[in-house]
Amino acid sequence: MIEVENIQKSFDGTRVLKGISTTFNTGQTNLIIGQSGSGKTVFLKCLLGLFTPDEGTICYDGKTYSDLTDDEKRNLRQEMGMVFQGSALFDSMTVEGNVRFPLEMFTKQSASEMQDRVDFVLNRVNLVDAHHKFPSEISGGMQKRVAIARAIVMNPKYLFCDEPNSGLDPKTAILIDNLIQEITEEYDITTVINTHDMNSVMEIGQKIIFLKNGVKEWEGSNKEIFKTDNEAVTNFVYSSDLFKKVRQMYIEERN
Amino acid sequence: MNYVASIGSYAIMIKEVFKKPTKWRIMKSLILKEIDELIFGSLGILVFISFFIGGVVAIQTALNITSELIPKNLVGFATRQSIILEFAPTFCSIIMAGKVGSYITSSIGTMRVTEQIDALEVMGVNALNYLVFPKIVALMLYPFIIVVSMFVGILGGWVAATFGGHSTSADFIQGITLDFIPFHVTYAFVKTLVFAFILATIPSFHGFYMKGGALDVGKASTTSFVWTSIVIVILNGILTQLLLG
Repeated sequence: MIEVENIQKSFDGTRVLKGISTTFNTGQTNLIIGQSGSGKTVFLKCLLGLFTPDEGTICYDGKTYSDLTDDEKRNLRQEMGMVFQGSALFDSMTVEGNVRFPLEMFTKQSASEMQDRVDFVLNRVNLVDAHHKFPSEISGGMQKRVAIARAIVMNPKYLFCDEPNSGLDPKTAILIDNLIQEITEEYDITTVINTHDMNSVMEIGQKIIFLKNGVKEWEGSNKEIFKTDNEAVTNFVYSSDLFKKVRQMYIEERN
Repeated sequence: MNYVASIGSYAIMIKEVFKKPTKWRIMKSLILKEIDELIFGSLGILVFISFFIGGVVAIQTALNITSELIPKNLVGFATRQSIILEFAPTFCSIIMAGKVGSYITSSIGTMRVTEQIDALEVMGVNALNYLVFPKIVALMLYPFIIVVSMFVGILGGWVAATFGGHSTSADFIQGITLDFIPFHVTYAFVKTLVFAFILATIPSFHGFYMKGGALDVGKASTTSFVWTSIVIVILNGILTQLLLG
C-alpha cells in the first residue's frame, strides 16, 4: 500500500502539485487520469522518487520515503518496477538481456537461476520466441511486454506504469491492460498507472484518481465513474460522443 | 552565471561517478566494450591522419629551409618535435573530441531522451557510475593510441621526406635522434591522460544532463565538441607552462 499525504511540488515558482492526498491499495490497479499538464507525470515521478516533493510524505507499506537513508531508498527502489511510456528498453541489449539486467545488477543468482527466471517472466507476458531479438527488431506491443517482464522480474511490491498503452492499437492496448491487471492480482502488487486511455479506465480502473491543475478533483472506481456528477470528470471522461452515448444508456438503464 | 552553474554541476557529476560502484562482474564487461569502441575504434582514423600530418609537417619544414646554413637533419628534428609535443597529444585529442566526444554525448543523450537513464535510476542503479566510469577507465588507455600516433606520424614524415626528395633517409633519422629529451614524451603522456579524462567526462556531462528531443541530442553533441576542444586547448596552455615553462 502507498499512502500519499499532502504532496506539493513546484518548478520555477509554478505550483504543479497542490497538496494531493490519497491511498493506493495493494492488489489493485490504481489509475491516475487527467488532462495533459494536470500534473500526472510529476506525481508519478514523485512516487518513484525521481522528484523530491517540496512538501508532504509518501509511505510505502508504512515506510516514509523521506525518512529513509540512501541505502534504504536504494533497497526500496529494487522493490519497484516501472513501465515507461516509450518502454525505455536498453537498445544495446537483447530482449533477454533487458529482462536479465536487474537480476545481474542486484542478485547473486547463478546463470542458470537467472535464465530460469527470465524464461518464466517472458513466458508470463506471452513472449516465447523473442529472447535474442533487439528492441528495434520487435513491435511496440512486444516492447511493452518486454518492459513489463523487466519490471516484474525482481518480484516487485510496487509497479508503476506511465501510459502503458500509448501508441498501441486498441486490441493490443486491451491485452496490455489485462496483462497488467492479471499480474497485479496474481502477485499482489500495488500498481499505479498513469493513463489517458478511457478504455483502460473502464476496463481496469479498480481505483481512479482524477487530477486537474495539480489538485485531486475526484477519486473512485470504474463503476462509480458512471454515477459521478462531477463536471470536470464527466467533461474529461465523456469527451467523445461514443462515451457520452454509453453514459446516457447507463443512466437510462439505471432510471 | 550559467557557466558557473555548469562547472558546479560538472563537479557534482564527477563526484557521483565514483559513488555507489556497479558490480565488478558487470563493470568489467562494460569497460571492455568501451575499450573496443573508444580506443580500438579510434585507432584507424588516428593512424590515417597521423601518417599524412607527419608527412605534411616534414614537407613544409623542408620547403621552408632556404638557407644553406641550416642543417638538413632539421626536417627530421622538427617533425619529431611537432609530432611528440603537440600533434599527437593535442591535435589528436581535438580529433577525438569530434569522434569519441560526439559518440559519447549522442549515445548518453539518446538514453536520456528515450528514458533509459530514468529506467536505470528507478531500478536503483547509479546511472553516472554505470555509464561514465567505464568510459573514463577505457580512455586511460588513450596514451596507447597516442604512442601509435607518434610512431606513425614520424614514419609519415620519413616517407614524405625521403620519397618526396626533400631529405635523405640518413639525415632524417639523424634529425629524429638529435637532442632527444625523454621528458618530452612524459610531458606528452601527462597531457594525454588529462585530455583523456576531459574526453570522457565533458561529453558525458552534455549527454547526461541534456533536455529535449532528438534534435537536441544533435545540438548537445555540437556543444560538447566545442567545450571539449576549448577545455583541451586551455589545459594544453596551462600544462605546457607548468611542465616545460
